Amino acid sequence: MATQQTQLLARTLLTPAVALLFIWMIVPLALTIYFATLHYNLLDPGSESFVGLENFRYFLTDPAFLASLQNTLVLVGSVLAITILLGVPLALLLDQQVVGLSIVRLMVIAPFFVMPTVSALVWKNLLMHPVSGLFAWIAHLFGLPAIDWFNDAPLFSVILIISWQWLPFATLILLTALQSLDEEQKEAAEMDGASALSAFIYITLPHLARPITVVILIETIFLLTVFAEIFVTTGGGPGLQTTNIAFLIYSQALIQYDVGSASAGGLVAVVLANIVAFFLVRIVGRNLEA
Amino acid sequence: MARMVTTRRKVISTVAAWLVGFLIFFPILWMVLASFKTELEAFAIPPSFLFFHWTTENYATVQERSDYLHHALNSIVIAGGSTLIAMLIAVPAAWSMAFSPTKRTKDILLWMLSTKMMPPVGVLVPIYLIYRNFGLLDTRSGLIFILCLGNLPIVIWMLFTYFKEIPKDILEAARMDGATIGRELIYVLTPMAVPGLASTLLLNLILAWNEAFWTLNLSTLEAAPLTVFIASYSSPEGLFWAKLSAASTLAIAPILVLGWFSQRQLVRGLTFGAVK
Repeated sequence: MATQQTQLLARTLLTPAVALLFIWMIVPLALTIYFATLHYNLLDPGSESFVGLENFRYFLTDPAFLASLQNTLVLVGSVLAITILLGVPLALLLDQQVVGLSIVRLMVIAPFFVMPTVSALVWKNLLMHPVSGLFAWIAHLFGLPAIDWFNDAPLFSVILIISWQWLPFATLILLTALQSLDEEQKEAAEMDGASALSAFIYITLPHLARPITVVILIETIFLLTVFAEIFVTTGGGPGLQTTNIAFLIYSQALIQYDVGSASAGGLVAVVLANIVAFFLVRIVGRNLEA
Repeated sequence: MARMVTTRRKVISTVAAWLVGFLIFFPILWMVLASFKTELEAFAIPPSFLFFHWTTENYATVQERSDYLHHALNSIVIAGGSTLIAMLIAVPAAWSMAFSPTKRTKDILLWMLSTKMMPPVGVLVPIYLIYRNFGLLDTRSGLIFILCLGNLPIVIWMLFTYFKEIPKDILEAARMDGATIGRELIYVLTPMAVPGLASTLLLNLILAWNEAFWTLNLSTLEAAPLTVFIASYSSPEGLFWAKLSAASTLAIAPILVLGWFSQRQLVRGLTFGAVK
């Protein structure tokens, strides 16, 4: 039905977007690969030389890399676990008949719209400050010693803040999925005398499997590159305790000006993200056909 | 009897939901309250919840001392500019893929999605160097450009899923009636596409407003949007909680309002149609 003319028009309309994204993907990536093979430090201009895979060897054997890889995995894993384990019951709760549900929804979703630098600083100072923070005061009420969050458990503190930001996202997606669950199916199960628990295990949970997968994949993509929260709270420290891969690369590039090594690190990050992206793209692709 | 159970259940879930909702919202509420306290009261132990001396002087100080409006304007220009440009590029592309799909449309869509998966830190070095060499560091146009590219895949995807829902029969009917492509676009498609366009615009404004990787790395002062401005409060010597809170409240208030309007689109936009 589509005439050649409309086909041509369609292609013309598509071209700018495709071309831009292609350049956006190829040029910086190619440059990163190129820089990764150079000895190149901005503090030492003119000394650029080809060193092959030396930067990768240096980056991958750097103890900071292993530490930051571990921090990255702990951070991503913990935030995923927290947001899903809390998100499922929360979504179930919001799926009930609740008076004033729309206001509750607004309160629950709000943290997601707070810019990362604000949430990190508000949590770090107003809530988690070891002397004047609200948590210290609450601990004091219960006769407990105040926790010096960012000294005693720096990575956990960062995880807490980021979980607060992403819990609304997980909840909202799971809630959307719950609302598309067939009411009749639940009613039928109830009529047949299924307990609430078995209805949850055999009907609701399987229905949530897919959205949970989607939450895991999308959160992982974003969580692998958490940066601002670390930048404004701990600066990667104390020591390397809160340095993740993204922050390590940042500090090599813009603090130590080691372009070569930072580029090698950047490629490692790209590979890590691509492993996750591979699965996400497949799930989305399957949905496109349906 | 069934009714009794329902009422009781409703009361319990209502109380529980409000309690949890309040807990989750509390850090924001606490920040807003602190913004109306004096510095001494914001820091005081035990904290006062409502019965403190309410003042708006922090808001005035934030503007005077650090030129809040300058950074707010940067945020508006950068978030608005990058979103508008992205829309201009994305609307034709999404329209073309939704209404004139080819065998490769699915592959193109998935490829576009995959560009969003690339971690920004993986290309930080070349982008930083290119920006330095072309004098784009700490410029609004530099940030507009990078945020536009970063969000382009999401914009195209969202628009695509909306456009796809417009029934094609309507187009065919219009064509039968002798409508040209131009008329078809203006009188048939546009009215049906407005809700989708609006939600896409809204979500991407929010994402661009809150973006805190490129803005932190590529701007310092002149072009610094609110994300960077707030980050300047992280310096250890500045224990100005009330002022931090006032600046933060101003920075998130507009986006919180927009965000509340767009919560349904959020799911669609961020899951690429995988959850509806």
